[in-house]
Amino acid sequence: MIPLPKPLHDIFRPPPTPGVLGVFGHLDGTLEAIQKLRAGGHTDFTVYSPIPRHEIEAALGQPVSPVRMFTLIGGIVGCAVGAWLTLWMSYDWPLVVGGKPIGSVPPYVVIMFEMTILFGALSTILGILFNAAFAARRLGTIQTDPRFTNDKFGVFVPAGSDKAGSVEALLRGAGAEEVRRG
Amino acid sequence: MAEPRLTYDYVTRTIARTLGNPSRGYFLLLGAAVALLAVGIITLIYLLRYGLGLAGYSHPVYWAVFITCFVFWVGIAHSGTLISAILFLFRSGWRTAVYRTAEAMTVFAVMTAGLFPLIHIGRQWYFYWLIPYPNERGLWPNFKSPLIWDEFAIGTYFTVSTVFLIMGLIPDIAAIRDLATGWRKKLYTLTSLGWAGTNEQWRHYTRGYLYLAALATPLVLSVHSVVSWDFAMAIVPGWHATIFAPYFVAGAIYSGVAMVITLLVPIRKLFHLEDLVTGHHFENLAKLCLLTGSIVGYAYVCEYFIAWFSGNPSERAAFWYRAFGPYWWASWTMIICNAFLPLLLWIKKIRTNLTALFVISIFVNIGMWFERYVIIVVSLAGEPYEPWANAVYNPTWADWGIMAGSFGWFFMWFLLFVKNFPAVSITEVKEVLAPPRRAAARAHR
Repeated sequence: MIPLPKPLHDIFRPPPTPGVLGVFGHLDGTLEAIQKLRAGGHTDFTVYSPIPRHEIEAALGQPVSPVRMFTLIGGIVGCAVGAWLTLWMSYDWPLVVGGKPIGSVPPYVVIMFEMTILFGALSTILGILFNAAFAARRLGTIQTDPRFTNDKFGVFVPAGSDKAGSVEALLRGAGAEEVRRG
Repeated sequence: MAEPRLTYDYVTRTIARTLGNPSRGYFLLLGAAVALLAVGIITLIYLLRYGLGLAGYSHPVYWAVFITCFVFWVGIAHSGTLISAILFLFRSGWRTAVYRTAEAMTVFAVMTAGLFPLIHIGRQWYFYWLIPYPNERGLWPNFKSPLIWDEFAIGTYFTVSTVFLIMGLIPDIAAIRDLATGWRKKLYTLTSLGWAGTNEQWRHYTRGYLYLAALATPLVLSVHSVVSWDFAMAIVPGWHATIFAPYFVAGAIYSGVAMVITLLVPIRKLFHLEDLVTGHHFENLAKLCLLTGSIVGYAYVCEYFIAWFSGNPSERAAFWYRAFGPYWWASWTMIICNAFLPLLLWIKKIRTNLTALFVISIFVNIGMWFERYVIIVVSLAGEPYEPWANAVYNPTWADWGIMAGSFGWFFMWFLLFVKNFPAVSITEVKEVLAPPRRAAARAHR
């Protein structure tokens, strides 16, 4: 762990959340654990996977990511900035050529298009960063395992000492290779 | 697709191994790239001291090798985005093993291309005049000029392709981070931005990636269209053609795919990635080459036909000069390398033979460089509106010096990248494998 200065530490290293971590070797075991946890009324658990899988998304039943709103708004703002940039600047420094319009829209469409893409892409990145950071902050610092980026799947269930026992049994029942409390 | 030994763990370790300590061969290649870059820098110092006349710029040819190289490098960049964004939207599984190399190539090729307009303007220290910034004279750029469109297009392209590359890298860097030790561990901890592979991260990441691909797709088509309008908006015969935008985009993707082949063949061999980057991938790249090469060949035929069919004497003169004037050798190099040679790829034996593919890809690169040379230099040298002012232009040592420097610059970045970051996507290669399931494990036993 690289030490961070205090304000950053408070943002990026929220206090630890107690709970149970199950390490799974198989995708179907992970899916079974997700289904059992949801049936048992658990909601705020975290699933780790080395790759995105539609099965996990479907089992979790999460709403579609709000990143799309960032993309849409960024794109619209970019297009507007492109239109403003070209038209306002043309009238601010008029280049009068043969009685042709000073602000002529067809050539400016190119600039508006490029700005739409630029702003849309950058706000998409911001959308991903913000949404992922907010989620991480909500969950607190939770247990993880370096194998989750390689070939193992994981499920972390926040649980106090009263519930930990039953969660452990549930994860083992679904086929967890390893269950850790922390 | 899924062979039993291609497991998630095998993929991670095979790709992580490419980041080990570099061999002497790697340092030799890197040294050669830096030496070429040094040649470019020394030439640039001479150009700054004595002016662009050193590069043979003279009436009527004021756009020459530097602009040729600019279009060449922008073109090289295009296939990266095609493979990473367009084929992503088409859900082609085979792209996963080759897209990282192509995308890195895109970023470094745009970085190389961006240098040329700066070198070409002669007084580099005034480059910021291109940017719309408030100044004491109350001046703004002329947004009706295709050169300003180009600046916006290339600027956007560089930014978007860079963030797209970095986005794709984040889960892979995290995978490498969890295996690394020492200073590498620190580097990858920092650059993986806290990636852990949680469902929340994937939820926002996969959506965001989809939208980035959807934005990059029209962008890549627009960028080379805008580059083509640098020429097509002018009235020079040989430039002023409506076919230019699709013709340039196809040519760009064609040259880019050829460059991907040129880079991937040695990388696969040096890094022992034969299990991940297979003949199947190369065959698909060859087919892409064949498709775009055929479009380019068709555009050549179209250009000459329309020049004749238009009945316009200036158009006819320009194309006669192109094929049979003093630059006939350049035109025919371009036609043979780009339109005829790739027809060999129709033969399955040739397109599945890596040596043959590598050789053809190099000829395509040469041919595509000459295509831009022919369009730019030859159209200006033999400009039929002022036949009395026609003059043959010859590149000088300064042109070749800067061009050598650009290759050095490109390969330096590329070599540094492939040794420090995964050159093949770990995550996406795993995505096309069958995931580990209990049922499968039982059957295997």
